[in-house]
Amino acid sequence: MRHFIILLAAMFAATAAAQDSLPPAPYAYRQLNDPAQEAKAQELMETLRCLKCQSQSIADSDAPMAGDMRHQVRTRIAAGEDPEAIRQWLVERYGDYVSYAPRVTASTWPLFAVPLLLLLAAAIILWRRIGGKAEHRPGDYSDGEEL
Amino acid sequence: MRWTLWAPLLLFAFFLGLAGYQLSQPKEQFIHSTMIGKPLPAFNLEPASSTRPGVSLADFKDGKPKLLNIWASWCLPCIAEAPQLEALKEAGVEIIGVAIRDRPEDVDRFLEMHGNPYTRIGADDISAIQLEIGSSGVPETFVIDGQGIIRHQHIGDVRAGDVPELLARLQEAAQ
Repeated sequence: MRHFIILLAAMFAATAAAQDSLPPAPYAYRQLNDPAQEAKAQELMETLRCLKCQSQSIADSDAPMAGDMRHQVRTRIAAGEDPEAIRQWLVERYGDYVSYAPRVTASTWPLFAVPLLLLLAAAIILWRRIGGKAEHRPGDYSDGEEL
Repeated sequence: MRWTLWAPLLLFAFFLGLAGYQLSQPKEQFIHSTMIGKPLPAFNLEPASSTRPGVSLADFKDGKPKLLNIWASWCLPCIAEAPQLEALKEAGVEIIGVAIRDRPEDVDRFLEMHGNPYTRIGADDISAIQLEIGSSGVPETFVIDGQGIIRHQHIGDVRAGDVPELLARLQEAAQ
């Protein structure tokens, strides 16, 4: 157990050495005083991608750069900026990659269009199989097709 | 059996093939800045070292293209690129550094050990300039033209093979 703890300590020492020794940015880990503003910031931070650890949101990541991004988000929200404007500011610098909120663009429109087309196709098939027949029933006598 | 019965299976095989192909492709690890062609923001950074002055936007607007090197004393690849930066300096290139989340004493020690190719070094303690120009890590090197417009981004350490490319980009930015 003791060896394990030493090993663990050594591992963390190694990661600490590979990163900076500066304290985190003021608003990296500090919430805004206004709960409404903090809620807005939190919602936005959960949908922004950490650039260092690309599978995490900046709300989830302990990377120093994610802390710096949270500081940006919180100070901008505190200054009265709209969350979507902050997202746009980052997208202008890093492209859509930085945002987890999907947008309709030249390359993503099929993602939005295909489900609608499938729903439409399903509706047409259902209508022909059920609705169509139901409407036909009263006229079946005069059709003579089935006879 | 009608051929349409096979359509779902074929569709499934197509998607399986597509997924298999995509999995076999190498993943793009870099996030490229989308600020190429756009101007640097207004900024003013305190000196990061006792040996060089700080950096502001005005330093980039003297008509001469320069390199903006985003680095840090705690960054290992930055040690690897030090000889190449020195070579660029020897070739007459002005290199302005921005030290990310760094302490002056650490910066001084790094420069003493690995050389100082910089004319100025600004301290960016909260990665503010880094975020402004769409840089996502250290080291990164940007070519900035004489009007302060970002012309090129090099991600990762500058290796010997990258030096001619950067010189060419600087030449291009001078026109």
